[in-house]
Amino acid sequence: MTTPVKQKKRSGLKEEFGNPERRTAYYMILPALFIILVVAFYPITYSLYLSFHQANINAVGNFVGLQNYILMFQNTEFLDGLRNTLIFTVISVFFEFIIGLAIALAINRAFRGRGLVRAAILVPWAFPTVISAVMWRLMFQDQVGIIQYAATSLGVISDPILSNQTLLLIGAILVDTWKTTPFMALLILAGLQTIPGEVYEAARVDGASVWQRFFRITLPLLKPAILVAVLFRTLDAYRIYDLFWAMSNRELESLSTFVYKGVRISQLNFAVGNAASVFIFITAFAIAIFFIKVLGMQTSTEE
Amino acid sequence: MAAASASGGGRTLNSALFYVFLVVFVLVSVFPLVWIFKMSIVTKAELFESPPTILPNTPTGASYGTIFADPSFQKALINSTIIAGVTTVICLFFGAIAAYAIARLRFRFKSIVMTLILAISFFPAVAIIAPLFIQFRRIGIIDTYLAAIVPDVVFALPLTIWILVAFFKELPFDLEEAAKIDGATTIQAFRMVIVPLAAPGVFTTAILTFIFAWNEFLFANTFLFDDSTQPVTVVIPNFATVYTVDYGAQAAAAVVVTVPLVIMVLIFQRRIVSGLTAGAVKG
Repeated sequence: MTTPVKQKKRSGLKEEFGNPERRTAYYMILPALFIILVVAFYPITYSLYLSFHQANINAVGNFVGLQNYILMFQNTEFLDGLRNTLIFTVISVFFEFIIGLAIALAINRAFRGRGLVRAAILVPWAFPTVISAVMWRLMFQDQVGIIQYAATSLGVISDPILSNQTLLLIGAILVDTWKTTPFMALLILAGLQTIPGEVYEAARVDGASVWQRFFRITLPLLKPAILVAVLFRTLDAYRIYDLFWAMSNRELESLSTFVYKGVRISQLNFAVGNAASVFIFITAFAIAIFFIKVLGMQTSTEE
Repeated sequence: MAAASASGGGRTLNSALFYVFLVVFVLVSVFPLVWIFKMSIVTKAELFESPPTILPNTPTGASYGTIFADPSFQKALINSTIIAGVTTVICLFFGAIAAYAIARLRFRFKSIVMTLILAISFFPAVAIIAPLFIQFRRIGIIDTYLAAIVPDVVFALPLTIWILVAFFKELPFDLEEAAKIDGATTIQAFRMVIVPLAAPGVFTTAILTFIFAWNEFLFANTFLFDDSTQPVTVVIPNFATVYTVDYGAQAAAAVVVTVPLVIMVLIFQRRIVSGLTAGAVKG
């Protein structure tokens, strides 16, 4: 029995599958690959198919061309979600990157209390996002919330945070930055540790200043690690769902909450919700391609 | 090392600033958990006091009593454990054999396979909830553990494989060579030589996969309608409507589900960091 991995390539195939070691390799890969193909890649093509048809949860109707997408772009909730998602993604990833880089540079040395810092990095990371949303929501709460109290006393805000869309969005950015900046720092730190110390010694001997060393050596050598970290965070922020959902009592719209409401809650919006999910997939894919092609991110260390 | 940061003079001032920075960072990181813990152990009257008290006056376990007496909360804890546990076992099994092939064997379509697996980690999960919903209804697994476990496995697998590949690559190659010269097959070499040696790495991967599955929310919230199978991530946000103004109980529930994670992180922090960075940076 040969594996159905790919039939296109001709001559070398017999040799490839005739070799017992290689054949074993394919057998070992196959189960994982099969699960991924069936549960992720097949559904996405089905999503695409559905998005061009009239559809609800029970039945697939006629081909309607781009109508679902047209309805989607006319939907104000979708447009709200799109705007919130873009603002959220750009601002939170920006802050996470800047602060994460600063933290990584600061702790890239041997010092006492390293373990404590590492624990502090991991604690927010390990929280389920919805639970951190619940925690912060309690702190934003207008009767018992410490942050609401502090912000009102200082005269920064006058509205209750949880019933103001703008404040909620700012709050969500704050919570996301709190939760994932440490993780960003961790990834950048790992990249920093691969830069050999001699490079800096050489630069210092040549009389380079701190800033020159940072912009000419650290940043360029760190670029691969930064791109990976920023891309992961961008795609993660772009599909934000749990934080908005649990923190705002379903009032703050994102692209993903729009999909969820259409698919899971409203029977009427199923097709439009599904079209929005295809929209998220395609745009997320475009973001990844942009990082890989335009910014020159390396996708794999393999061969 | 120090070359990156130290700038000659003012060393004591520098290191004082450095420690101030560290203290601020640590405080900001752990403050929400500490504060929520405080909210969970004060009396209802104290909770509503303004200005808020910094330290609890008369600590009480009443909120924990409320939350543990709630059968839906108990059930949710069990459900989370089952879903995350089964997901971890399945991921480790399929992930370990796939990772071994990628890390140690030579074959032609490796880069295609790697790209496919990587693509999953960039894949917005929300993009497939509509088709999965239809399929799951058709085969009748909505409201069963499977409805959460199946998609969880798919989205955790890339993480599992990625980290395991990094760990497997670090083991010396002569070991399997020796085993094979002694007449072992590839599978035997994997089972008897690599798996035992990589046990610490496999264990680390298990922790990370478990945390990932324990924290999953989107699929559980989409495919599980009934609290007989809903995990804590779905049940706790709903406490806002169940316990309305009993904020202490909501805080207690949040503490109960995060404390095991925090303890796990504190015990295994070194391993977790190595696993996370191995998966992300080398990958």
